[in-house]
Amino acid sequence: MYPIVRREKLADKIYLMDVKAPRVAQYCEPGQFVIVKIDEEGERIPLTICDYDREEGTITIVFQTVGASTERMVSLQEGDAFEDFVGPLGCPSDLIHEDIEELKKKKILFVAGGVGTAPVYPQVKWLHEHGVDCDVIMGSRNKDLLILEDEMKKVATNLYVTTDDGSYGFKGTGTAQLQELWDNGNRYDHCVAIGPMIMMKFVCKLTKELGIPTVVSMNPIMVDGTGMCGACRLVVGDEVKFACVDGPEFDGHLVDFDQAMRRQAQYKTEEGRAMLKLQEGATHHGGCGNCNS
Amino acid sequence: MDVLTRVPVREQEPAVRAANFEEVCLGYNEEEAMAEAARCLNCKNAQCMKGCPVSINIPGFIAEVKEGNFEAAYHVISESSALPAVCGRVCPQETQCEGKCIRGIKGEPVAIGKLERFVADWAREHGIKPKKAEKLNGHKVAVIGSGPAGLTCAGDLAKLGYDVTIFEALHQAGGVLVYGIPEFRLPKQKVVAAEVENVKALGVKIETNVVIGKSVTIDELMDNEGFEAVFIGSGAGLPRFMGIPGEQAMGVFSANEFLTRNNLMKAFLDNYDTPIKAGKKVIVVGGGNVAMDAARTARRLGAEVHIVYRRGEEELPARKEEVHHAKEEGIIFDLLQNPTELLVDENGCVKGAKVIKMELGEPDASGRRSPVEIPGSEYEIEADTVIMSLGTSPNPLISSTTKGLDINRRKCIIAEEETGATSKEGVYAGGDAVTGAATVILAMGAGKAAAKGIHEYLSNK
Ligand SMILES: Cc1cc2nc3c(=O)[nH]c(=O)nc-3n(C[C@H](O)[C@H](O)[C@H](O)COP(=O)(O)OP(=O)(O)OC[C@H]3O[C@@H](n4cnc5c(N)ncnc54)[C@H](O)[C@@H]3O)c2cc1C
Ligand SMILES: Cc1cc2nc3c(=O)[nH]c(=O)nc-3n(C[C@H](O)[C@H](O)[C@H](O)COP(=O)(O)OP(=O)(O)OC[C@H]3O[C@@H](n4cnc5c(N)ncnc54)[C@H](O)[C@@H]3O)c2cc1C
Ligand code: SF4
Ligand code: SF4
Ligand code: FES
Ligand SMILES: [Mg+2]
Repeated sequence: MYPIVRREKLADKIYLMDVKAPRVAQYCEPGQFVIVKIDEEGERIPLTICDYDREEGTITIVFQTVGASTERMVSLQEGDAFEDFVGPLGCPSDLIHEDIEELKKKKILFVAGGVGTAPVYPQVKWLHEHGVDCDVIMGSRNKDLLILEDEMKKVATNLYVTTDDGSYGFKGTGTAQLQELWDNGNRYDHCVAIGPMIMMKFVCKLTKELGIPTVVSMNPIMVDGTGMCGACRLVVGDEVKFACVDGPEFDGHLVDFDQAMRRQAQYKTEEGRAMLKLQEGATHHGGCGNCNS
Repeated sequence: MDVLTRVPVREQEPAVRAANFEEVCLGYNEEEAMAEAARCLNCKNAQCMKGCPVSINIPGFIAEVKEGNFEAAYHVISESSALPAVCGRVCPQETQCEGKCIRGIKGEPVAIGKLERFVADWAREHGIKPKKAEKLNGHKVAVIGSGPAGLTCAGDLAKLGYDVTIFEALHQAGGVLVYGIPEFRLPKQKVVAAEVENVKALGVKIETNVVIGKSVTIDELMDNEGFEAVFIGSGAGLPRFMGIPGEQAMGVFSANEFLTRNNLMKAFLDNYDTPIKAGKKVIVVGGGNVAMDAARTARRLGAEVHIVYRRGEEELPARKEEVHHAKEEGIIFDLLQNPTELLVDENGCVKGAKVIKMELGEPDASGRRSPVEIPGSEYEIEADTVIMSLGTSPNPLISSTTKGLDINRRKCIIAEEETGATSKEGVYAGGDAVTGAATVILAMGAGKAAAKGIHEYLSNK
């Protein structure tokens, strides 16, 4: 069992947890992920490692409720435990293997969308601690969904906050903010975009035009996370890659996002159904026409 | 009774079982087992034993069954096999023990597999367990993977007094026995979990959720955690795809994904969270045990299922019994055909396959007749789900993170057959990780050999 030692609500539908998992905390690096399973009946849920404490043996995860399983995770409190917690999975970010002096010469930009801010934060923090400057654009749909703003402010050289509805900061998407920065003469040599696939798709479209190499962190559907099932396969350039072992980070200009977004939606109806059942409880009657019950 | 024919084994009716996940074969009861055992000629020069990869004393255990001495029969089998309840159910007996049985020359061979299964089930139901070591010898050994190879190696080492820990990547122990082979062929709770418990009862510790090469490496286990030897039984879990157009469409799965969702994650049960999609019309590409399992699982989830295989019926690599059961359950076999493209609709979902007919050419170096395309014979079949079951290869996670561990061209770990020794001192390997996808009994045999190899190595160190 893997006990939850801290639980915080960061924003509407977004939660943070510190989970005791000494084996994972011992060797994990930024960019890697874990798979958690609540209990016997639970599914295997992949989540990015947002922070870790090697001494305490804990891993920080930040998740957004989007369906039946993440909804069920919300009911877990401090002192409760995950039945399963496996990792670190995937490859560490390339950034942390690069030469620090080389990095210092680069103008680096992070674009974080929604809950993607959580995995961006430790990378920015890591760079900051190693004396490397970087700018961060973090966006969300509205002010209430913003997370980790104060933390990010402390480690980013320049922080640009955007909301789709303009309720806070720049009104518009992270992509629009990047365009504006560019128009005002800002230049970048390297970009890291983490967030919903649709956001990464548009950031990559723009950075390709602007000629900024861009790394994205893909979150396709996964089952085992060890390269055994092929559910997470993506087309990158001309090659088929398994995100769980070859990624999750890839060259964003080579990823076939349309394909990836379609594949991610594969279980939408089944999951929508599970979600309805959960919300409606005993009153669930299958009125949506999606199931036979 | 006619000595030329077997005592029939009770099975669920095809129409009934095609809609449930309970075990198809119900096995012999005591009377039936004793009657079948009486057909054995107790041959002096028993041919059947030559067909068994671990040389179980077959006439020996069958003679005990014939007399009703089931516990004695179990001990005879236990001398050579650690997983008789599994092997009795899944060994390809027709090409192994039963294929060599003298009785088979004129009539039907003795039902060795069914008898072995009966004995193992009887022992389990009567609480008979292998014996634990008297005392520990203080040496720590790590076993990677909890499939048949790992379980056997760990069990044998524990019996010799070693302090053994199994590290398993998934959340449950058993390897292919839990994630691949379905419930209706190999009951998970009753049989697999019980075998795992037996291994634990010998003192073996099992740490699940540890991916060697990611969570910790072999070098770290040996340098920092005090393991003096390591056995790699990590299987061959990496699925192959065809590389044809349309393969990334929605509704195209590897058999591993489909079976894992269903077996390990129990997607077929309503109260489990993991979803599965079987569709209305399913194509399974391939002809091995894995293809049969995927097809019969899809059938149980309510689909019409076609097996598309590029060779003929004779060449199907699956166990005969599974092919027979699949046919009884209404699986349609489209033989001597091969998909050249998967057809995709405007939403990105698979809607069928373009298939070309094949004929068998001259036998190749291996003696197998290879299929050749018949030009111009392409046609289209409809399907809303396609399951690729084209075989698997070893996962490079371990080989790529272990210094000095040699692999061959097929990514298989190179290990000596008699001892399991690899190119790296103290590191042993066996099972599918070494041979590529093979069988339970071969993996088990390799685990046994490596346990012996490790014991010799540590005794002489
Ligand atoms: C490497 C990786 C890292 C991730 N990191 C985070 C993170 O840090 N925080 C966070 O909130 N979310 C993260 N996700 C996404 C998270 O795994 C999904 O939101 C979660 O699995 C949804 O489960 P659900 O049952 O609640 O929702 P569902 O209703 O099942 O699904 C909602 C959405 O998530 C997708 N999804 C469902 N199951 C899976 C699965 N097993 N694997 C991947 N996607 C799935 C669905 O296709 C759908 O688009 C990550 C995914 C991956 C692959
Ligand atoms: C669907 C299916 C049906 C089959 N039917 C039959 C049959 O009827 N008869 C028959 O004889 N054979 C059958 N086989 C083949 C047989 O199951 C295998 O040959 C056998 O299981 C191999 O045993 P193993 O111990 O080498 O590996 P596996 O059973 O594959 O076990 C390997 C274990 O190692 C774990 N692992 C892998 N990598 C790591 C890592 N890095 N760290 C930690 N753990 C790791 C895996 O999760 C797995 O649990 C079938 C196979 C499949 C897939
Ligand atoms: S282990 Fe397999 S091959 Fe050997 S006797 Fe049993 S069923 Fe036959
Ligand atoms: S070959 Fe057949 S008849 Fe002879 S001992 Fe073996 S099982 Fe019995
Ligand atoms: S999640 Fe199964 S192969 Fe990547
Ligand atoms: Mg879900």
